[in-house]
Amino acid sequence: MDIQLFIQNVTDQFDELNVELTPETNFRQVEGWTSLVALLVITMVDEEYGIVLPPEEMRKTNTIQELFDLVVSKQ
Amino acid sequence: MHNPFSLIGKTILVTGASSGIGRSIAIESSNMGANVILTGRNIERLQETLALLKQGQHQYIASDISNEEDIITLVNLLPELDGCVHSAGVLGLTPIQAITKEKIDEIERVNLHAPILLTKHLIKKKKLTKGASVVFISSAAGVYRVSTANALYAITKNGLDAFMRTAALELAGKQIRFNSVNPAIIETEALCNIPITEEQKKANLEQYPLKRYGKPEEVAYATIYLLSDASAWTTGTEIKLDGGLTLS
Repeated sequence: MDIQLFIQNVTDQFDELNVELTPETNFRQVEGWTSLVALLVITMVDEEYGIVLPPEEMRKTNTIQELFDLVVSKQ
Repeated sequence: MHNPFSLIGKTILVTGASSGIGRSIAIESSNMGANVILTGRNIERLQETLALLKQGQHQYIASDISNEEDIITLVNLLPELDGCVHSAGVLGLTPIQAITKEKIDEIERVNLHAPILLTKHLIKKKKLTKGASVVFISSAAGVYRVSTANALYAITKNGLDAFMRTAALELAGKQIRFNSVNPAIIETEALCNIPITEEQKKANLEQYPLKRYGKPEEVAYATIYLLSDASAWTTGTEIKLDGGLTLS
């Protein structure tokens, strides 16, 4: 799994166009992160990677790297 | 001349553009300067509508949006849009005892599933520009009133209204506006297919304080307001057009 592509897929879920994410970014602190964006990320992971993220496990992730690792661990 | 209702420079998709209200919306939008993309099932009738438009960069794409595959193909062919008018719809009177699963599916596919899925794919493919306006041609039926044998139609329009308001809320962050125009009876060809007698029509007209049904272009004018920058702060609202029908 390509983390750059994953970052782009997460970035696409934000309304704001100038969001810049890196593996170290705490996505929860990014301006524009809302519960709707969280739902869109869960939907994207399902559609793009075929993985249903359990909300309680996603809740424990804060950085893009942690979220990416969680998705990888489910593959 | 200063005109906040102008559609000059805007590219607008109109579904159901082959007849009735959709055709009128296409024509009047072109009169206000829009570049119009017509869609509908019947190529000949789309060509007829195209010929009625004021000069501009117009085109038609034939599509049966009651089928999601067709919606996806249509969306892939579209340029970026500043506006989208969901005008495709079907009428049908069905007494409750005559309701079947098939009749429910048939009317929901066109009146409810098509506009919802088209909206979904337009958003997903980023075909709506920042500041775009989406207008649903809904109805007074189901939203402000119900009438005998009209349950299925009323359900679809009530559902569309709930979808419109949810979309307005959910997509406000992208600066995309969603509104509806909710007419009572409009004189169109589709109406002629509803089996009522002249006496019934006369009695029905008596319920309208303005003593007539609406005209397709009157729906178009309200739609133009919602498509234009004049309504830039208006989202999640319905414009009732009913000749006073629901006042009493």
